[in-house]
Amino acid sequence: MQPPVTRYGSPVSEADSATEARRIAQEARDRARFEDEALALADQVYRVARRLVGSREEAEDLVQEAYARAFRSWRSYTPGTNMRAWLLRILTNLNVDRGRRIQRTPQTQPLEESDYYLANKVASAAGEDALDQDQVVERMSQDSIVKALADIQPQFRDVVVLVDIGDFTYADAAQILDIPIGTVMSRLHRGRRALKQKLAEETMA
Amino acid sequence: MSDRGCEKCEELLQEFLDRTLTNDEWALAESHLAGCDYCRRRYRFEETLRRYVKLSAVERMPPGLMAKLEELRGLGGIETA
Repeated sequence: MQPPVTRYGSPVSEADSATEARRIAQEARDRARFEDEALALADQVYRVARRLVGSREEAEDLVQEAYARAFRSWRSYTPGTNMRAWLLRILTNLNVDRGRRIQRTPQTQPLEESDYYLANKVASAAGEDALDQDQVVERMSQDSIVKALADIQPQFRDVVVLVDIGDFTYADAAQILDIPIGTVMSRLHRGRRALKQKLAEETMA
Repeated sequence: MSDRGCEKCEELLQEFLDRTLTNDEWALAESHLAGCDYCRRRYRFEETLRRYVKLSAVERMPPGLMAKLEELRGLGGIETA
């Protein structure tokens, strides 16, 4: 650790203070640019947050907390890197830290069902021709997707939301959630299966 | 279609939809899809499901949130020597 610098009795020269003023002005500009860039992403960040948590209010709180933390630690962002991923990393960490997510009991049904689970179920309910996508889709409402997504286990939902809604690559999602890329892929796969299972349960109920 | 082909497609389908396959794997999946009605329907189904998942999140920010975020500007302060 360096000894404390005392400026008493050793007046800062004019040249020094001019340099310091320029540095401060530059830092203020850098910070403002960072804030502009982050705020321009707010809509996209909110959209992901909205599907990660149960209610609009929670999403709103979470986004505010994430931005407060992001603005406080703006110096740790490396310019030119993926800011949306950086913001979402803060947000998902906060979400886990604060224990906001509703912990569900483990899935009672095994997830090893075929990926075709939903389509098959729809088909068996309405005859083979119903396999046509339009008819499958007709039975899915926006609400049913939202509900199914909210019903799957958080660790699967995080990955599905980041990749399928946030359009993040596997690598970005791995970085955001601080898990290996292979784990992203397996959780994504299981998450999508769980989602289909939930949808089947809902749309066929 | 061969069972083996469908197994392979099963493996490739998710990544095919995620556009993360290598060129060779892509070609393999595509040639299989061209000849396998079952997999083609599955593919369409999966694609539609993903579109729906995406559509489920078109909700815009609540009014007023942006103003609240704007108020957070400056929290990072400026380091003075």
